[in-house]
Order: sequence, then C-alpha cells, then structure tokens
Amino acid sequence: MNPQLFQLICFYAFGFVTVAAALSVITLKNSVHAVLALVLTFFSTACLWMLADAEFLALALIVVYVGAVMVLFLFVVMMLDIDQEKMREGFVKFLPIGLIVAIVMLVEMLGLIGVRAMHAQVMGADPAAAAGTSNTAWLGRALYTQYLLPFEIAALILTVGVVAAVALTLRQRSDMRHESASQQVSVNPRDRIRIVKMAAERPAGESPASPQESKP
Amino acid sequence: MADQLIHQLLIPVLYIVAIVLPLIIAVAMFVYWERKVIGWMHVRMGPNKIGPFGLLQAFADVVKLLIKEVILPTNANKFLYYLAPLLTLIPALAAWAVIPFSSKMVLSNANAGVLYLLAMTSLGVYGIILAGWASNSRYALLGAMRSAAQVISYELAMGLCLVCVLVLAGSLNLTDIVNAQAGHKGLFDWFWLPLLPVFVIYFISGVAETNRAPFDVAEGESEIVAGFHVEYSGSAFAIFFLAEYANMILVSFLAAILFMGGWLSPFPDTWGFIGQGGFIWLFIKAFLFAFMFLWFRATFPRYRYDQIMRLGWKVLIPIAIVWVLVAGCMKYFGWVSVGMGA
Repeated sequence: MNPQLFQLICFYAFGFVTVAAALSVITLKNSVHAVLALVLTFFSTACLWMLADAEFLALALIVVYVGAVMVLFLFVVMMLDIDQEKMREGFVKFLPIGLIVAIVMLVEMLGLIGVRAMHAQVMGADPAAAAGTSNTAWLGRALYTQYLLPFEIAALILTVGVVAAVALTLRQRSDMRHESASQQVSVNPRDRIRIVKMAAERPAGESPASPQESKP
Repeated sequence: MADQLIHQLLIPVLYIVAIVLPLIIAVAMFVYWERKVIGWMHVRMGPNKIGPFGLLQAFADVVKLLIKEVILPTNANKFLYYLAPLLTLIPALAAWAVIPFSSKMVLSNANAGVLYLLAMTSLGVYGIILAGWASNSRYALLGAMRSAAQVISYELAMGLCLVCVLVLAGSLNLTDIVNAQAGHKGLFDWFWLPLLPVFVIYFISGVAETNRAPFDVAEGESEIVAGFHVEYSGSAFAIFFLAEYANMILVSFLAAILFMGGWLSPFPDTWGFIGQGGFIWLFIKAFLFAFMFLWFRATFPRYRYDQIMRLGWKVLIPIAIVWVLVAGCMKYFGWVSVGMGA
C-alpha cells in the first residue's frame, strides 16, 4: 500500500469520525454524552491536523482543550440536572434562526478556504518544510522573532482576562469563615496542649480504685 | 507488497509488544516491591507465602481479580462505566511510545515528544472523572471531583517544569534532551543541578498527577472509602490498578530522562567501562524514583484537600514561573553547558 493512499484513507476516516462526533454533540440526549462527543471531535480534529504536519497545533489542541477546558466542562455538566424535555421545547421555533446562523458560517468558511487556496498558490509550499525544521521549531521561531509584539499583546490580554475572571468571581462574604494558612502555621503548640509530667506508679499508700470498690 | 506490509505493520507491533509486556510484568513486580518495602518500613514481613520470598504474590492477585465478577451498580451508566477503565489505561500505555531507553532504543523518535507526553497524561483524567460519574455513587463522584481539580492544578506546575527543561535543551525531542545533558563531568552535567527547584517541583507534581500518597485524596480510604473506583471490582478494578502503576513508572522514567541524564552514566566518560551510558543506567535511576513513591507513601500523612490546592497554586507554580526566567537567563548568558561540545 503506498503512503499517499494510506494517508488519504486515514484522512477520510478521521474526517468521518470528526463529523459524526460533531453531529452527535447536538443530537445526543444525555448532556454528559454530548460533552464526550465534543471531546472526540477535538481529538479527531487533532489527528487530522497531525496528518497535515501541524503537530504543534494538534498537540496543543489536545493539551489545552481536551486536557483542561473540556474536563472543566464535563465537571460542570456532571453537576447539572438538566431537564431534556424542556430544553427541546423551542426547537421548531428557533430552527430558522439556527439555520440562518449555520448558512452564514458556511459562507464565511467557504470564503476563507477560497482565499487560503489562492494564497497557497502565491506563497508556495509549507514554510516549515522549506526551512527544513519541524513545524514546532518553525512556529516558535516565527512567534518569538517576527511576531513578538502581537504575541506579547495577546499574552497581556489573556493575563488581564484571567485577573478579571478571578476579580469577578471572588466575592468577599462577611458571613463565611475562612482558614488562614499563616495563622495555622504560626500556632504555638503550648497554646493547644499541656503536657503534664506524672509518676509512672502510684504512691504506696493510695489503693487503686477498682470497679467493685467504687460501687455503693 | 507482503514484504512492505510486514515491514510497516508487523515490526512496529512487535516493538509495541516488546515495551508493553515487560511494562505489565514490571507493574506486577512493582506492586510486590511496594508491599515488601512498606512492610519493612512498618517492621512487618510483607508478602512471603506465595512463591519464593512471596515473589508470585502479585500474579496470584491478578488471577484472583480476573476471576472475580465485575459488578454493575444499579442505575449506573453501563457504557461509560465499562469505558472508564480503558480511558485511563490507553493513555497510560500510549505515553510509553516516545520514551527513549537508550540512544538508539526508542519506538517513536517524535520531534514533539514532550508535547505528546503532556497530551497523553492529560487524557488520563477522563477515565477517573467518568468512573466517578458513571458509578452512580456519592463517594465515587466526590473522588472524581477531587481528582479532576488536583490533576488540572498540578498539570500546570508540571508543564512549567517541562518548559525549563525545554529552554535549556532547546528541543522537544526526548532523545535530544538526554543528549543535551551529556558532558565530561558525569552527573554534574545533568539538568538536576541548574534546575534543582524545578526538579523537586516536577517530582512532587508527578506524585500528585498519579494520585499517590500523600496526595491521594481521590482515593482517600478513610474519608471516601476508595474514591472514584469504589464501585469497581474484578478485572475492571485491575485495569485501574495497572494504569496507576504504569503511570507511576512513567513519571519515574521521565524524571530520570528530563533531569537525571536518562541513559547517561553518572561517572565521567574517562572512567572506562562504568563511564559509558546504557539503558541499565536509566533503569537504575527510574527504579530509585519509583522507590521514592513508595517511601513517600510509607512516610507522609495525607494532605488535606485545601492544603494540596494551596501547595500547587501558591507555592509550586510561582516558583516554577520564576525558574523559567532563571533558566532563560542561564541559556542566554551561557551559564550551563549543553551537550558534548561544551
């Protein structure tokens, strides 16, 4: 079997899994199953990107989205008790709006693919392959030299987003009790427990108080 | 045609078997070793009845688990309940594909090896969460929640430690990372010395990632009986067990490869026979790290949940971030020798 043909078969197999999983995200009744279908969608998308030699993007997709974001998603969905019948009530009513959004997205994507295809003819081959390095090494070099300023601006925006998210969710409630780690660590054992030295044996004159004797 | 098929399909499969089969046997012997070591630390004998010195104890346990019934709890989600053990095992085994055992012995010499490892280890948490949810049990769900939060938190610290190694080595390829630690000074050329705090953080995160004592709140026998796998029995439980121990051995191998020079010899290369590298060195180093897992388990009391979170987010991650900067300076000013050329 020649490699090109095998790669093509793999592409169609992964593509089929991606589309099937994406469809089941919106059709499955159980929301936990739907989240897992989304995980499968991401995973097979990563496999597709791997086929296209975009190894960094593929692994970053798995590490970031599958490994972290979707775990938190799953976490939240598991805790929710969603009434499926109620969720499906407005399906027919909202169908036209959904269809319009879908069509607009489809047109946008087709336009983008067309532009990219024209660009590819102008730009030529994959720059990483042309430079003779791996996709990851080339991406790193490009990000940290040619695109350093945009990259740093993006990092700054993300940091601001993190700080904002923490600031929005962190509410100081006066009626809640908190533990203070510094106070816990700086506790003096003498304040909590008193060790009393005692003789191991009773003095000779004192008789042990046995249960029989203590009975009236 | 048939020739090609054998070359492209059969030989990789044989390689995979040659890694996975010894790994499973290593897990069995590791379980025996754990019980022995903890027994000695408790001034007990440990297993000593089955086989010479109790060596066959782990195999007897495996047979016992395999012939037990797998019980499905009432109202459990059947599909996910049976899928969860496999979802923990498959990433645990798949991660071994990029581990270089010596300068030539590696199944897949992938360029993005470290990223692949991060991706595979981050997938393992799904098995735990789904096991907890699909069991339809309160204790299992609590264990899954704890585990998910813990694994995600410590993955960040671990990722930052890997960044330090990558900065110094200048490569994502594990073979290149080991080669970057080669030098004429033996063990003083390895990355543990310039990256000492990060090395400690990496190993602590590794213990937390594998949900082992003292970070084993996901199991927490005394609080939530056994956490996410409380409802599992028989072979399904055995698979969880296998995945956990395979992950422990993986973290030990990674600590040896990333910080302790992999297959390189700790002695200077002028010392003749013992100065030469070889896979035996990697196995000795990995064995020492694996032993530390057991040592921790026998020594430390379990951390409280909020203490684990504080340690991860407020201590380990800030130190690792600072050390990324330090590692960058080391690389930029050339304070660390990288590779044989230096």
